[in-house]
Amino acid sequence: MHGFANPARFLRIARWLTPLLLLCGIAVTAGALALGLLTFPPEWIQKDAVYIILVHVPPAWLGMAGWMAIAVASLVELVWRHPLAGIAARAAALPGAVFTAICLITGSLWGRPTWGAWWVWDLRLTSMLLLLFLYFGYMALAGAAQRDGGSGRVAAIFGMLGAINIPIIHYSVIWLNLQHQRPSLSMGNSAIDTVYLWPLLGAMVGFSLIFGGVVLLRMRAILADQQANARLRRKAMAGVGAGAAS
Amino acid sequence: MREIIDPLPFVIAAYAIGIGGTAAMIVWSWILMRRAEMRREKSREL
Repeated sequence: MHGFANPARFLRIARWLTPLLLLCGIAVTAGALALGLLTFPPEWIQKDAVYIILVHVPPAWLGMAGWMAIAVASLVELVWRHPLAGIAARAAALPGAVFTAICLITGSLWGRPTWGAWWVWDLRLTSMLLLLFLYFGYMALAGAAQRDGGSGRVAAIFGMLGAINIPIIHYSVIWLNLQHQRPSLSMGNSAIDTVYLWPLLGAMVGFSLIFGGVVLLRMRAILADQQANARLRRKAMAGVGAGAAS
Repeated sequence: MREIIDPLPFVIAAYAIGIGGTAAMIVWSWILMRRAEMRREKSREL
């Protein structure tokens, strides 16, 4: 793990990995969405609304996975002081928040024709909305630490504590009898027909590759900003030192 | 009586938001990264 602690080594890998992840992600997502749109039969209760599954479930998974990435990277930052872990956590926040917002909006658009309601205050939907607010809070804390030259420790602790919400989101539909349906996807025993399953798995892989590519883009941006700021500070200090000597 | 709603406009809106939101995020992150890397190069030249 510490092999990747060197920013120069990380940048060498990220330069070719970023476009690869993005291009593969776009191709796999486009293929999965096209396959779904062309092959999905209308579901007998939901009719055409079932198509929304392909742009609702992958963002939901990535909203939760994004926060788990923040929690793990924050732990690595606090315990092992890995120099890239804090940057990775900050880089995962925006794509995580975007996918959580997409999940909430597409869920609302799915709920109206199937449930007859845009929104219900059940535990699954409410804990997902809370996740979006947690992302906003994390981005505010991490941004403030960056502006004020702080350590980012508060944001890291917040990132770890916020992970408590993830099992609540996941198990809410198992523990309670909610408006939101129970999970259809599970390891080795999915309750979903294969005609829906394969395009859905393809979309999940494609969106995940895009997520990885965006995280790398944002890590490169944060690193470049830090390096530019450090260089400008060094030059300003050298200028002050030369002025004082003369 | 249950209200019957045509789901197609909802499907189109969901795809527009899902694909549009993801595309906007990729483009914005790419622009921010290019801008930051150009700023780093400029700081080298100063």
